[in-house]
Amino acid sequence: MSDVGLNVLWAVAALAVVILILAAVHRPLGAYMAWVYTGPKNWRVERGIYKLSGVSADAEQTWRTYLRSVLIFSAGGLLLVYALQRMQPFLPASLGLPAVEEGLAFNTAASFVGNTNWQSYSPEQTLGLTVQMAGLAVQNFLSAAVGLAVAIALVRGLASKGSGTIGNAWVDITRGTVRLLLPIAAVGALLLVVAGVVQNLASPEAVSTVTGTVQNIPGGPVASQEAIKMLGTNGGGFFNANSAHPFENPNPFSSLVQILLVLIIPFSLPRTFGLMVGSPRQGRAILVVMAGLFITSYALLTWAELAANGAAPEAAGGAMEGKEQRFGIIGSTLFATTTTGTSTGAVNSMHDSYTALGGALPMLNMMLGEVAPGGVGSGLYGMLILAIVAVFVAGLLVGRTPEYLGKRIGRHEITLASLYLLVTPTLVLTGTALSFGIPALRESITGTSLLNDGNHGLSEVLYAFTSAANNNGSAFAGLTANTPWLNWALGLAILLGRFLPILLVLALAGKLAAQRPIPATAGTLPTHRPLFQGMLAGVTLLFTALTYFPVLALGPLAEGTI
Amino acid sequence: MSIKTEHPIATPPANNPSGSGAAHGGAGDPDASQNQPQDTGATPSGAKTPSALSGRALLKALPLALRKLNPVAMIRRPVLFVVELGAALLTVLALAEPFLGAQETATPTPAGFTWAIAIWLWLTVLFGSLAEAVAEGRGKAQADTLRKTRSETPARVVEQGKPTTQAKPTAQGGSTASGSDAGNRAGAWDPASDPAALRATVTKRASSALVAGDVVVVEAGELIPGDGDVIHGVASVDESAITGESAPVVRESGGDRSSVTGGTRVLSDRLLVRITSTPGQTFVDRMIALVEGASRRKTPNEVALDVLLATLTLVFLVVTLTLNPIASAVAPPVSLAVLVALLVCLIPTTISALLSAIGIAGMDRLVRRNVLALSGRAVEAAGDVSTLLLDKTGTITYGNRRAVAVIPAAGVDQESAWSAAVEASAADTTPEGRSVLDLARTEAGAPSALADAAASGTEASGAGASDGTPVAFSATTRMSGVDRADGSSLRKGAASAVLAWLDAAGQSPDARTHSALDDAVGTIAASGGTPLVVAELTAAGGGRVLAVIHLKDVVKEGLPEKFAQLRAMGIRTVMITGDNQVTARAIAAEAGVDDVLAEATPEDKLALIKAEQSGGRMVAMTGDGTNDAPALAQADVGVAMNTGTSAAKEAGNMVDLDSDPAKLIDIVAIGKQLLITRGALTTFSIANDLAKYFAIVPAMFMGVFPQLAALNVMSLSSPASAVLSAVIFNAVVILALIPLSLRGVKYRAVSASKLLGRNLLIYGLGGVVAPFVGIKLIDLLVSLIPGF
Repeated sequence: MSDVGLNVLWAVAALAVVILILAAVHRPLGAYMAWVYTGPKNWRVERGIYKLSGVSADAEQTWRTYLRSVLIFSAGGLLLVYALQRMQPFLPASLGLPAVEEGLAFNTAASFVGNTNWQSYSPEQTLGLTVQMAGLAVQNFLSAAVGLAVAIALVRGLASKGSGTIGNAWVDITRGTVRLLLPIAAVGALLLVVAGVVQNLASPEAVSTVTGTVQNIPGGPVASQEAIKMLGTNGGGFFNANSAHPFENPNPFSSLVQILLVLIIPFSLPRTFGLMVGSPRQGRAILVVMAGLFITSYALLTWAELAANGAAPEAAGGAMEGKEQRFGIIGSTLFATTTTGTSTGAVNSMHDSYTALGGALPMLNMMLGEVAPGGVGSGLYGMLILAIVAVFVAGLLVGRTPEYLGKRIGRHEITLASLYLLVTPTLVLTGTALSFGIPALRESITGTSLLNDGNHGLSEVLYAFTSAANNNGSAFAGLTANTPWLNWALGLAILLGRFLPILLVLALAGKLAAQRPIPATAGTLPTHRPLFQGMLAGVTLLFTALTYFPVLALGPLAEGTI
Repeated sequence: MSIKTEHPIATPPANNPSGSGAAHGGAGDPDASQNQPQDTGATPSGAKTPSALSGRALLKALPLALRKLNPVAMIRRPVLFVVELGAALLTVLALAEPFLGAQETATPTPAGFTWAIAIWLWLTVLFGSLAEAVAEGRGKAQADTLRKTRSETPARVVEQGKPTTQAKPTAQGGSTASGSDAGNRAGAWDPASDPAALRATVTKRASSALVAGDVVVVEAGELIPGDGDVIHGVASVDESAITGESAPVVRESGGDRSSVTGGTRVLSDRLLVRITSTPGQTFVDRMIALVEGASRRKTPNEVALDVLLATLTLVFLVVTLTLNPIASAVAPPVSLAVLVALLVCLIPTTISALLSAIGIAGMDRLVRRNVLALSGRAVEAAGDVSTLLLDKTGTITYGNRRAVAVIPAAGVDQESAWSAAVEASAADTTPEGRSVLDLARTEAGAPSALADAAASGTEASGAGASDGTPVAFSATTRMSGVDRADGSSLRKGAASAVLAWLDAAGQSPDARTHSALDDAVGTIAASGGTPLVVAELTAAGGGRVLAVIHLKDVVKEGLPEKFAQLRAMGIRTVMITGDNQVTARAIAAEAGVDDVLAEATPEDKLALIKAEQSGGRMVAMTGDGTNDAPALAQADVGVAMNTGTSAAKEAGNMVDLDSDPAKLIDIVAIGKQLLITRGALTTFSIANDLAKYFAIVPAMFMGVFPQLAALNVMSLSSPASAVLSAVIFNAVVILALIPLSLRGVKYRAVSASKLLGRNLLIYGLGGVVAPFVGIKLIDLLVSLIPGF
C-alpha cells in the first residue's frame, strides 16, 4: 500500500538520479572518447611511453598485428601478476603475508588480467600492499584499457572505408589509460575520499574492543583502488566484503558515486561508436537497447527482493538478509544490477542471499553476455556482435544480403559473430557439468566448496562459472572457490572467456575493415529505428533464454517456485 | 544426378531412362502441365504459382525422399543429419529397452514412449527430405520437357580446310594462305569464295559428336543440332521448345540476332551455323541441370545462414549434453529419449529442412518466367541490386515512335495539312508511317475517310492511294514520300532534309514561315518528340511546307508507378538511350526514371556500371548485342536477351528467353523473395523454440520438482504427452510449411522498414505464438492415448 508506493517512489528516484547524471555526461564523454581514439597527435607522456617500451606507435595495424599486440601485452601482465604473488615475501609492504599458492596465484592473475576480478581469496589475509597496487591495481587500469581498445578496433572496422587496418593497439591502450582512465579515476578517488572512503598506507591497527578481544582494523589506499575498481568495471575489492565493507563504501553517497563510476564509460561508448561511424543515431539505438535491458532487469530484481515473503522479509519490508542496512533494498538492487549488467562484479550486498528469483537476475544479466551496458569496451563489442546477428536475420527478412552500417554480413562475418556467441555458454555449461559430472570433482565441490546443497548449491556453482566466463567476478558467496579445481577451472574459464571473444572480435573487425561500405538506400534495413532496437533486444533475450533455460529451471526456478 | 556430360546422347522423349525423372512430374501431373513453357511464355509476368501442394505430389516425391535418407547424402544437411542420428539411436534403444532393466529417470514415461519419439523423429527427417524432393520433382517435370528438345539429330557438317576445332571465323582466311597443308583437300570449304558453302563437301555426323568450331548446314524443316552463331543466311526459326513462344523468330548472320539454340527448328530458308558449344554444355543442358537442381551450389547467403544454423545446433548440443551432468546435482538423469527429443526440438530443424527447397523453388520461379539464371549467386545478387540500367526502347517505351499530332504550317488549312500528312505516309510501311494513318483515323477533325482509303490502298497494292510512285526512305536523302502522276511531289522527313530539298528547288520558305516552322519543330524537339516536316513541290515548280508531324516515343503504361515502387525499395533506375539529351530527358521525366544516360555508347554503359560499383552499388542491366557483352559481364546481374548474340549470352549471368527487358524488375523481386522466404522461415523456426522449451523443460523435471508445474503454461496433460507433442509439432510444421517454401513469402515493393515490421510480426511473433497453440492441440489428441 503506502509502503509499496514509497518503495516504488524510492526505486524510481534512485534510478532517475543515475539516469539524469548519465544523460548529462554521456554526450561530452562519448565525444571525448572519440577524440581520444581518433586524434592524430600523441601527448608527450605517451610518446615517452612508446619510446620506453620500444613499440611502434605510428603504423596502422591489421587485425592480426593488433591481436598479437593485445595478446603479448596481456600475457606479460599475466606473468607479472603471477610472479608478484609468488614472490610476495620478498616484496616491500607485504604485511608479512606469505607467497600465494600456485592455483590461487594463477586464478588471481587470470582474473585481474581478464578484467574479471574474481577473488577466490580474502584480500586482507592474502595480499600485501605491493601486490595490490603494483599488480592488481595496475591491471585494473590496463585490462580495462584493453577492453576499450578492442571495442574501438571493432568500431573502426565498421567505420572503415576499406583500408583493412583497425588502428594501433599500443596507441589505443596507452591513450585509454593516460587520457581516459587515469584522469577519471583520480576525480573518482577524490569524490570517494570526500564520501569517507579510507585512503592511507597504514598497516592494520590492533585495537581492544569493549569485550576485551583484539581486533585488527585494516587500512590501505582504498579510495584510489576503489575508483579504478569501479571505473574499469573490474570489481576486485580491497576487502573481502567488497563494497559492502564500510571502509570501501561507507554510505549511500559513496555507493552512488561507485555506481556512476561503473556506468559512465559503458553508457557513453555508444555515443563514441555513433560519432566514429558518422551516425550518432546508430549509437543512440545501441544505447536505448542497453538502457532498456538495464532498467527492466533493475525493475525485476527490485520487485523480487521487495516481494519476498516469509516472516523475516515481511518484518524487514523485504529480503534484507545479506544486505546492508545503510543501502537498503533499493540501494542494493541498483548496485547489483549495475555491477552484473557490466563486468564489474563488485557487490554491496550478498547475491547469494537474494531471493531465489532475485538471485537469478544478476545471473541473467551476466548470461546476456554482459551487454546491458556491459564492461568497458566488452559491453559495446558484445552488443555489436548481437546487432550483427540480428541484422543478419532482419536483413534476410527484407530481401537483401544483410548489411550493418554498409558492411555486408557474409559467411566470414557471421561465422565469427556466431562463434563469439558460442564461447561463453560452452564455458559456463561445460564448467558446471564437469563440476558435477566427474566424481572426483563433484567430491571436491560438494565436500569443500558448497555451503548449500540442492538447487541452491547448483546455483552457486552455475553462478561461479557464469561469472568467470563472462568476466564479471561477482559470486554467490556460499561457494568456497579456493580449491584446486575451481581455481584452475575458473581461471581458465576467465582467460578463454576473455581472449577467445577478443580474438573473434578483432578478426571480425579486420574482415569489416577490408570492406568498402555500401551506400544506404530505402532498401537498406534501417538499424536505428525502434523496430530494430526491439529486435536486437529480442534476439539478445531469446538467445540467452534458449541457452540457459534448462539450467535456470534446475537452479533458481526450481528453488524459487516452491 | 550428373548433367550427363559424358553421355550426351539424348534421351528419346517417350522413354526416359533417367530413373528418378521417370518417377516424377510426367505430363499428367497437374503441376507439371503448368510447367510447360507454352503456358508461361504467353504471360511473362507469370503471377501464376503452381497450386500449393497436392497429396499426389507428395506421394510422387516419396520414393526420392526415402532415397535421400541415406546418411551419406544426409551429411550435407548437418541439422537433419543430427535428427537422423537421434532417430537411429532411439530406434536401437527402443529395441533394446525390453532387455534393459527399468532405470530411474527424472521424467515418468509410459511404455512405448521411446518408440513413439523414434518414429516421429524418423518422420521429421522424412518430411525434411520430402521438401527437397518435391521441389526437385517439380523441376524434373520441366527438365523432361526440355530433354525432348535434346534428341539426337544428324548434323550436316561442312568439311573445313582446317581442323574442325578451329573456333575463330577470322582464321578461315588462313585456310587459303596455308593452302599447301595436308588439310587442303578437295572439297574443303573456302568461305571467301563460297560464303554460303553451297559447293562444300558436307558430311553427316551425330549432333552429339559436334564440337565447338564445326560449321553445319541447316535447312528448312531441320532441327538445329547445337548452339551456335549464324555465319551465313537468314531464316525463320521456331524456338517454342525453349521459349514457349510459338511465333517464329528471324535469325541472320551478323548483327545482334545471330545466335541459335540447339533443338530449335528452322522453318524456312537455309542457315550456316558455327557451333559454339560442346554437347553436354549447351544451353538446354544447362537449363536442365538448373531446373533439376543438379548443379545447384549453395549461394553465399545460404552458406552464411548454414553457418548460423550450425552454430545454433552446436549451442543446443552443448545445452543437451551438459544437462544430465548438471542435473545430477539435484535430480535423477533425464532419459535418453527425452534428451534427444529436446535436442531435436531446439535445433533449427524447420528452416534446415526447407532451406534447399526454398533455393530450388526460387530458381524454379525464375524459370517459370522464362528467365534462365546461370547461377544461384546471380539470383541472390538480383535481390541486392540498387541500380537498374534500363534500355529505353522496349523497356520504357514501346519500340516505335508514334504520331500524336499533325500541325498545319503557317497559311495552310487543317484539311490540307492532314491530307498531305496522310498521303506522304500512305506508302510508308514502317510503324511510324502507319501510326500517322492510325492517328488520322482516330483524331477528331482529321479526314478519316482519306486515311481509310489510303490504308486500304496500301494494303491492297502496297502503293500510295494517289496514283503516284512511292519514294522509300533512304539514308542519303533522309526523306520518304511520293511522286504524283501529275508531276508534283510530296516529301516527309527531318526538317533540315526537307528544307534542303525545297532549297534545292529554289523554293525556300519565306522568313515568316521559316521562323514559324522553326518554332513548331523546336517545341516538339524540346518535348522529347521527333518532328517530321511534310512539304510539297508542285509540277509548276512552286514549293511550300504543309505540315509538321509530331512523332513521339510512347511510354508504357504504369511505369511511373513501377519506378516509384522501385524507389521505395531503394532501387535507382537509369534509362539508357542513344537519343540526344533533350529527347532523353523528356522521356525520362514522363516515365519517372531517376536518371538518364543519353547518347549512350557501349563504353559509356560500361563506365557507368563501373562508377556505380565503385560507389558500392550493385547494378543490373539487360543487353543483347555483342557490344553489350563487356557491360553485361561487368554488371552484377546481367540479363541477356535470348534474341541476342551468343557473346551477350555468354557474358551475362541470366538469359531472358522472352527477350523482354522489362522483366528485370520481376527478377529483382524474385531475388528478394528468395531471401525473404529464407529469413522468414529462419525467424519462425527459432521463435518456435520458446514454446517447445515451455513444453519440454517443465516436463523433464516436474516429477522431481513438482513446483516447476508453474512453468507448464500450456497445462499439457502429462510429461510424456508434452514431450511427444512438441516432437510431433516439430515434424508436422515442416510438412505444413512446404507449400510456403515452394511458393515463397509474399513480397511487396515497400521500404525495408515496413517490410521488416510486417515480416517480423508474421514470422517472429507468429513463430512465438503458433507452437503454443499447435502443441496444445496436439497434446489434446495425444492425451487420449492410454498412458500418455
